[in-house]
Amino acid sequence: MANMAQAIRLALHYAETNMQLKDVFGEDVGAPLGGVFTATQGIKTAWNAPLDERGIIGMAMGIAMTGERCVAEIQFVDYIFNTIDLMKMAGNTLWCSNGNYPMPLVVMSPTGAGIRGSVYHSHSFDSWASRLAGWKVVQPSTPLDAYGLLLAAIEDPNPVLFLKPKALMRVRGEELIPGEPNDEKDLKARIDAPLGDRTKWKANWPAVEKHIIPIGKGKITREGDQITVVSYGRHLLICNEIADSLKAQGVSVEVIDLRSIYPYDWQMIKQSVLKTGRVLFVNEDTEVTNFGEHLAYRVTEELFYQLLARPRVMAGKQLPGIGLHPNLEDASVPQKHEIEELIRAIIAEVP
Amino acid sequence: MATTSARSVRTAPKQVLKAAKKVAKKPTKSVSNKTAAKSASSSRIQLQKLPKALLLQMHDLMIKSRVLEERLIKIYKAGDAYFWIGGPGEEAWAVPLGLLANKGQGPKHDYYHLHYRGTPTVTAMGMTMIDSIRLIMNRATDPCTGGRNFSGHYCFPQWNVVPATSPIETQYVMALGTAHVQKRYHKANSEKNAITIVTGGDAGTAEGDFASCLVWASRRGQELPILITTQNNRWGISTAFDGQHGETNIADRARAFNIRSRVVNGNDPVESYLAIQEEMQYIRKTGKPSFIEAKVSRLFGHSSASGANFISHEQDSVREFEAALIDAGYLTTDKAKEIWAAYEAEGFAAQQQVKTELGPEAATVWDNIYVGNENADWRKF
Repeated sequence: MANMAQAIRLALHYAETNMQLKDVFGEDVGAPLGGVFTATQGIKTAWNAPLDERGIIGMAMGIAMTGERCVAEIQFVDYIFNTIDLMKMAGNTLWCSNGNYPMPLVVMSPTGAGIRGSVYHSHSFDSWASRLAGWKVVQPSTPLDAYGLLLAAIEDPNPVLFLKPKALMRVRGEELIPGEPNDEKDLKARIDAPLGDRTKWKANWPAVEKHIIPIGKGKITREGDQITVVSYGRHLLICNEIADSLKAQGVSVEVIDLRSIYPYDWQMIKQSVLKTGRVLFVNEDTEVTNFGEHLAYRVTEELFYQLLARPRVMAGKQLPGIGLHPNLEDASVPQKHEIEELIRAIIAEVP
Repeated sequence: MATTSARSVRTAPKQVLKAAKKVAKKPTKSVSNKTAAKSASSSRIQLQKLPKALLLQMHDLMIKSRVLEERLIKIYKAGDAYFWIGGPGEEAWAVPLGLLANKGQGPKHDYYHLHYRGTPTVTAMGMTMIDSIRLIMNRATDPCTGGRNFSGHYCFPQWNVVPATSPIETQYVMALGTAHVQKRYHKANSEKNAITIVTGGDAGTAEGDFASCLVWASRRGQELPILITTQNNRWGISTAFDGQHGETNIADRARAFNIRSRVVNGNDPVESYLAIQEEMQYIRKTGKPSFIEAKVSRLFGHSSASGANFISHEQDSVREFEAALIDAGYLTTDKAKEIWAAYEAEGFAAQQQVKTELGPEAATVWDNIYVGNENADWRKF
């Protein structure tokens, strides 16, 4: 099975071959490195940009103004903050021009903690991004979803932010990408650049096929009836593990992988909460004005009389940064045992 | 309703724009009136360097732009608009900039990334007065923003005029993208006829996006076909140029990136026309960037926020050009008055028409967030 970095690579290859994708660019995105997480190795249209995030976003906006498709990378989402007004403008250009200028661009960026990345390689951006009106925002938790969401993003005529959980870049999935070789060693030999001299290396791409995950559609990854847990990205996999563990203990947890932060799959959340009466939203962005708070608000507003317990949010602590030492990082973002304890507490809550 | 009104007012005549393109190809061979040229030589404006028809066309468009701006200011002062910002004082520079466009839609034509002083440029490209008035009066008929944005924030996709925005200098990084696509288009089609033009003020050059533009446009072997310009009126709202800049000329900064650059008198339409034409030809031929700093006037202050009153000690390029044309015998005083009066009448009539047009309906606030009006309201997810 492909890991997420390979899945992204395969999607970019498919798009540049079949979907008129003409530019994949960012810092160290082109040869010889092919991205700091190797997600752009072997991509024909990949090129290296100056070390200038504002230039990268501006370039992407200009390309989009001509109607051409590009994928621009911000090397770590921690460095996207100095482009925030350009991101805002990318989201409002269609609206400000009353429909005259669409902005069909994709920005992808590694997000979140989990790799001991210290203060400036551990940020999350999903809550910030949810406030960028005009953008669509997605965050996969599996290689197959990364493949399908990235193709959906490239196909979409609007700006799409593709947040790739950096801690999952080497995690393999459980489902094959359509056209992916069965043997992961074969895949590696074909599309992973060799160490050392890469000047003559070219990827030997498998014949992957189009696979679109519609933006705005979530996925129930574990079915249950005592509580709904909504997450995405790295923490989705943690929530799956907890659900499996609790199931063995007779506790039934339904897990929803939201996949799209905006637009989001309210109907899926609503139906699940109507079934369970209890809900927990989990993500690792900071907790004050967290995106999960918006979802908890909406559950309260629309489903209050069907609830059996207070809607809860578990998010990153409201801290200026994530410290390097494991004790610091682990105290900053939701940990498995904390999530499990909160799930148990919500289930135990009596109306 | 809107289209009927648009037909009823004067527009930039197509034959005049065609003549400009013809002249652009042969800039110095059409001067035939030796007497007029001799007379004009007494002026600082070297009229003999451009054909009479083009000079008169530029004069006409400069008046049109000025009258339009003054009409917009009147509309603001009458309480019929919330804000005015524009480009009176920049006509001598910005009208030639529009006239020299390879005008059209898509990467085979020039892209214009204008800031909010672009009225003379889009007037030269063919914008009607009434559309600018629709913009300042926030009508639903406003073709640029649908009543959503300030005056001067033009957007005309049919001419590759991309949306002007209030954050200054962001246009300099977006211009890189359109130029990048044009460079690819040149390679694929063996054409080098399309370039990107970006404009901005002197104060804004302090922003990092201006430096980004110089960096990206000049990378060796990856140079971009882009005309980078700065209109230096020596003010940033209330802050004077002196005291904020260490460089002698802003154009000097381009030289550090091996970008060909020059400074022009942006109050001289002939000098501006010839400089823009020469630099555009250089970019079209080489695919490399060029830089022009135009020294211009700011005739009505920064915007309505600073009063929008005429600044009498600033150089007025329209009046000076007109005097030179009259002095040269190209134009009579009566004819000049006639032109001013015709545009005054057009502007007034357009304002009366726009007053009858409706503003956007409240429900349209949800329109065009996503392409095709795909729902963006979370309440309806």
